[in-house]
Amino acid sequence: MHIAEGFLPPVHAAAWGVASAPFVIHGVRALTREVRANPESTLLLGASGAFTFVLSALKIPSVTGSCSHPTGTGLGAILFRPPIMAVLGTITLLFQSLLLAHGGLTTLGANVFSLAIVGPWAGFAVYALLRRSGAPLMVSVFFGAFVADLSTYCVTSVQLALAFPDPGSGIAGALAKFGGIFAVTQIPLAVSEGLLTVLVMRLLLQSSKGELTRLGVLLQGGNKKEAAVR
Amino acid sequence: MSRNAKINTLLLAIVAALAVLPLALGLGDHKEEPFTGADAQAETAITEIAPDYEPWFAPLYEPPSGEVESALFALQAALGAGVLAYYFGLRKGRRQGEARAAGAGDAEAPAADSVGSGA
Repeated sequence: MHIAEGFLPPVHAAAWGVASAPFVIHGVRALTREVRANPESTLLLGASGAFTFVLSALKIPSVTGSCSHPTGTGLGAILFRPPIMAVLGTITLLFQSLLLAHGGLTTLGANVFSLAIVGPWAGFAVYALLRRSGAPLMVSVFFGAFVADLSTYCVTSVQLALAFPDPGSGIAGALAKFGGIFAVTQIPLAVSEGLLTVLVMRLLLQSSKGELTRLGVLLQGGNKKEAAVR
Repeated sequence: MSRNAKINTLLLAIVAALAVLPLALGLGDHKEEPFTGADAQAETAITEIAPDYEPWFAPLYEPPSGEVESALFALQAALGAGVLAYYFGLRKGRRQGEARAAGAGDAEAPAADSVGSGA
């Protein structure tokens, strides 16, 4: 999902930057508030960021005969809500664009929009909907992470199709082309990411029950409203 | 192995299988260069759609070779894995310490939060 440096026309690059900035600024505020209110959550915040660091560094073979990487953003979005993930995802993307020449500064806005904004929000929405409709925690976590991963790559496909419409078949044709490269490759990886997120959530369930309850992942007496208000 | 550990191992095994099967089944054989990155393929697709497009900005720093690049990717994964391991190790240590302290204080006290400590 990393659009390479310089590979978006300046107008597109600027537009995605403008679209992403408020989410990241809002996320920084949410993050500061969270750390100030609950200093003990810093460690779990670090672990959530670390999960994204690991997963987005792993390029894994897929059924299409190409390699791609998961995003790891579903976990943090479920634990700490999507705004905070906008910050953690941006940090990861900055690291990769500055040190690895993977992604780029001119395409940072677009990449942040797909990985750090749409992915976490879409994943969290699916997770929350499933939870509200009474699905088991781990099923909701799996589909939340699955959707966070896959939607990121769908957004990248749309971004590239908008910037490079096919001369013959237009935006739709380009979308089919980029979607074929990204989205299909990503399906098994999204399954992997879902399973790994479930694994980490199981470990958290054993080790950090108190924290999960405070974050509203585990319910006590069904006070989901309180969790939704945060 | 406890039931918990079995489920966790199974999850890891499925993830490993999903990554290895495409390689083992040779699903990349139809390609000139099997298992290239999707990001690089997208770049190629862009140059197919818009042959005149010139990237207008170059990375500030580019790893000088594939080896250096893979080292930096490994560093990224290692940093993440290190923090995750620190978190879970610290949690486990704290829980064990608490359990021990509770056991020393009152041997009869029921361990309220010991579910699944076998993993």
